[in-house]
Amino acid sequence: MAEKVIAGRTIQVNDEGYMTNPSEWTREIAAEMAKEEGITLTDKHYAVLEYIREKALAGETLTIRKIGSSGIVDLKEFYQLFPGGPLKLASKLAGIPKPTSCV
Amino acid sequence: MATKEEYPLKKVLIICAKGNLEDVYAALVMANGAVMEGIETKLFFTFFGLDAITKKRMNCLHTATVGNPALRMPGGLPFPTLLGILPGVEAGVSAMMRKEMDKLDIPPVKEFLEMITAGGGEIYACKLAADMFKLKKEDFTEEVLDIITVGQFYEMAGGIGTQIIFV
Repeated sequence: MAEKVIAGRTIQVNDEGYMTNPSEWTREIAAEMAKEEGITLTDKHYAVLEYIREKALAGETLTIRKIGSSGIVDLKEFYQLFPGGPLKLASKLAGIPKPTSCV
Repeated sequence: MATKEEYPLKKVLIICAKGNLEDVYAALVMANGAVMEGIETKLFFTFFGLDAITKKRMNCLHTATVGNPALRMPGGLPFPTLLGILPGVEAGVSAMMRKEMDKLDIPPVKEFLEMITAGGGEIYACKLAADMFKLKKEDFTEEVLDIITVGQFYEMAGGIGTQIIFV
């Protein structure tokens, strides 16, 4: 575990860069972390991040299928918004732990 | 001392040659998992695996209730082979398995293929097997990009960090 100063705040992250305390998350932190990944966050990104946070903090296991049927984005858009590994990347930017689901 | 270099996985080609529920899902889960990790993914169906992309058959795949020693009754007792031969038993067991998978958010075959292609994965059918089973492009679900030969398949398999997985 390490500390990281980002967007003027000190946050706790693990060695893969995932935040370990979801309550430290702010929109500004997400924007800064996204910049490090080469992404500029739009309202659509934030809508997804907030959906992910809400589900994860309610204790639900997130799957890519659930996000596709969330009504916020379809899967194609989700892959475009968060290129590469979308579920992992979006979880990282949403300040929640690395996803553990296989689907 | 020699240094050990690690090459991250860049591309996977997954071959599914079987048409039973568990083998098709093994291929689908691995393919979708690769797409989710940002790995270039190509999924190739051949022989009885073609059932998984044939419109008429893809959403009613079965698991074998005869000759399947790992099959158990709910509760864990071995599933008697003689019970498995009765009409309707295999369909019932298969429907139950699909229901259990749905609870874990594992989608039906058609939706799984849509998820894989939405993330940029590609689905192919084997030409030789399609010819043998007399199947045409229009018999396959629209996620199937093309019907290709084994030569074309290997042409796609080049590059450092490529793996081929056979199910």
